[in-house]
Amino acid sequence: MRPPAIRNPFTAKPLPEQPDIEAAALRSDRFRLEREGDWRRLELIVRRLERGAIRRLSDDDIAELPVLYRQAASSLAVARETSLDSATLKFLEDLVERAWYQVYGPRSGLFRWLARFFRGGWSRAVRNIWLDIVLAFAAMAAGIAAGWLLVARNVDWYFTLVPGGMAGGRVPGASRAQLAETLGIADGAGGLSAFAAYLFYNNATVCILAFALGFAFGVPTLLLLIYNMAMLGAMAWLFNSVGLLPEFMAWLSVHGTTEFGAILLAGAAGVHVGRNMAFPGEASILAATANAGRRAALVMLGCVFMLIVAAVLEAFPRQLAGFEARAIIGAFMLVVWVSLFVLVGRTAKSQAGEAQ
Amino acid sequence: MSARPHEFDAKRRRQVVTPEGVPLQVVLATRGSRLMALILDYTIINVTLLVLALVLLLIGVNLGRMDSLETGGGEFLVVLFFIGLFLLFNGYSIFFEMGPRGATPGKRMVGVRVAARPQGSAGERLTAEAIIARNLIRQVEIFLPISFFQMAGEGGTGSAWIAGSLWFAVFMLFPFLNRDALRAGDVIAGTWVVEAPRRKLDDALSLKGTEVQDAAPAYRFGPEELTVYGEYELQSLERVLRSDDEKTIAAVHQAIVRKIGWQAGSGDERAFLEAFYTALRAKLEGDMRFGQRKADKHSEVAGGGTRLR
Repeated sequence: MRPPAIRNPFTAKPLPEQPDIEAAALRSDRFRLEREGDWRRLELIVRRLERGAIRRLSDDDIAELPVLYRQAASSLAVARETSLDSATLKFLEDLVERAWYQVYGPRSGLFRWLARFFRGGWSRAVRNIWLDIVLAFAAMAAGIAAGWLLVARNVDWYFTLVPGGMAGGRVPGASRAQLAETLGIADGAGGLSAFAAYLFYNNATVCILAFALGFAFGVPTLLLLIYNMAMLGAMAWLFNSVGLLPEFMAWLSVHGTTEFGAILLAGAAGVHVGRNMAFPGEASILAATANAGRRAALVMLGCVFMLIVAAVLEAFPRQLAGFEARAIIGAFMLVVWVSLFVLVGRTAKSQAGEAQ
Repeated sequence: MSARPHEFDAKRRRQVVTPEGVPLQVVLATRGSRLMALILDYTIINVTLLVLALVLLLIGVNLGRMDSLETGGGEFLVVLFFIGLFLLFNGYSIFFEMGPRGATPGKRMVGVRVAARPQGSAGERLTAEAIIARNLIRQVEIFLPISFFQMAGEGGTGSAWIAGSLWFAVFMLFPFLNRDALRAGDVIAGTWVVEAPRRKLDDALSLKGTEVQDAAPAYRFGPEELTVYGEYELQSLERVLRSDDEKTIAAVHQAIVRKIGWQAGSGDERAFLEAFYTALRAKLEGDMRFGQRKADKHSEVAGGGTRLR
């Protein structure tokens, strides 16, 4: 009798005893027995990968994963034609599928992927949809012009374009002093930070909507951009009417260059999806949508990041800095974003996370 | 022919060809299991949020500054809470689905995962972009209508309720309006949700009997006894043998003995069926090597490369 062995409960179970290959009566059983060891080894590697216990895998295991995977795949192909043992067939089907997800899965975890994303993947994604950015920009410019002109014709338009919660004290007929006060440097005033939170919420919603509405061939995206920029145009007219336009621009630009940049990119992402649905070219509509969606998602992730930056800028410098400082911060952020999108990641084209 | 037992599953089966040229069968997740996964995930998220809020609240109480949220430590805690809120609701699914299992904890519990939907038939790599895209759309599918409801709650009009409900309904019904059960995020990202395979390798039935057979080869079957059945019956027999249900085994034993015209004995049903299974498999596999497959007992032997499925 063998002495009882103490086994570490955290190690993998030893492989089951192999029946004698020669004793197997069926040829398909011999086929299975000859390869079973490799299959089980592949299963063990895949199971550890799934658990994220990649450190417990030896270098040999990692190196052999693709080999074992291809062997299992070819075993499956052979077994389908020669074996009627459904245990083997079903196990192999599942094993190959599982191994396939590991071999052809996302190449890195979220954090490493994010690092690559900021080091160039994002900028390339933005450059990829330049045409849609131009379209979205045109829509936004048209919106501002429309808002300005409409209110200049008839002041009543102001109340249509700017909802009450957004307007605050900024209404036509308010005195120059009152309007200047809304741009003033806050001395810890709670009301202003609530307004800032509202603005952020509004802009984040607009961004995400602009992307998601790309679904309907991008038309609602463009309308949304025009409408929102009309609001800005109307406000700009109001401040211009009392000669406060430069102050208004400076006040807005601290976070505005970042935030409107985000809205522009989100709108462009929506237009990109819509445009590819409307004109899928050679691909099927579903395939074209999926490809465009993946490209646009990269841009959208960047938008989320920009909105966070905008919120930080909104919370601190806008309320504390003076007129010149605000204008400088706004302009500086604009330069940062533009150079990020134009200059970063021009080399090493293939490595970072692009959709293709 | 009678309906196959997995008729319902057949509707959810899809074929994906790996880059190695091996066709794989994937099974789409049911809509019910996906809803269950969603509920589980949001339960986890909300419980986590609650814990986070409680912890921050405790810290806040100890700071003694909770009455003045706009200044100092209190404000910092509020900012922390909102960052946590944002990360949980937006990063949770992305983080977990990008992991090696391709599934959030909720999806894992119900046994499904995210995979790339093949364009055409060739299987594709599941990319990080796809996962981000499918989860950003969730904002529009779930959070936007909720914000409509909030608007309605804050003294808005009834139209906000209607708009929110309609919006919600459209996106919740989306998976029912296409055959791959895609939600809007899946369409945009080019993904689908499939059942996660995790089958263990069962022992081969034909090997179990070897030791016994060596001792006394009790049954021998001639070709005329083995030609009455096909592959479908072989698989049914295998299922019966694995189920270990004595009643069914006895019934199947009866049926086979009658079919091949033997005298029914008793007490040795299992050994008989195992021997019959091995012999039948040997016969059918032997024919397979010559390109002759017999799908079931009704079909003629199909010569040359006719597929089962």
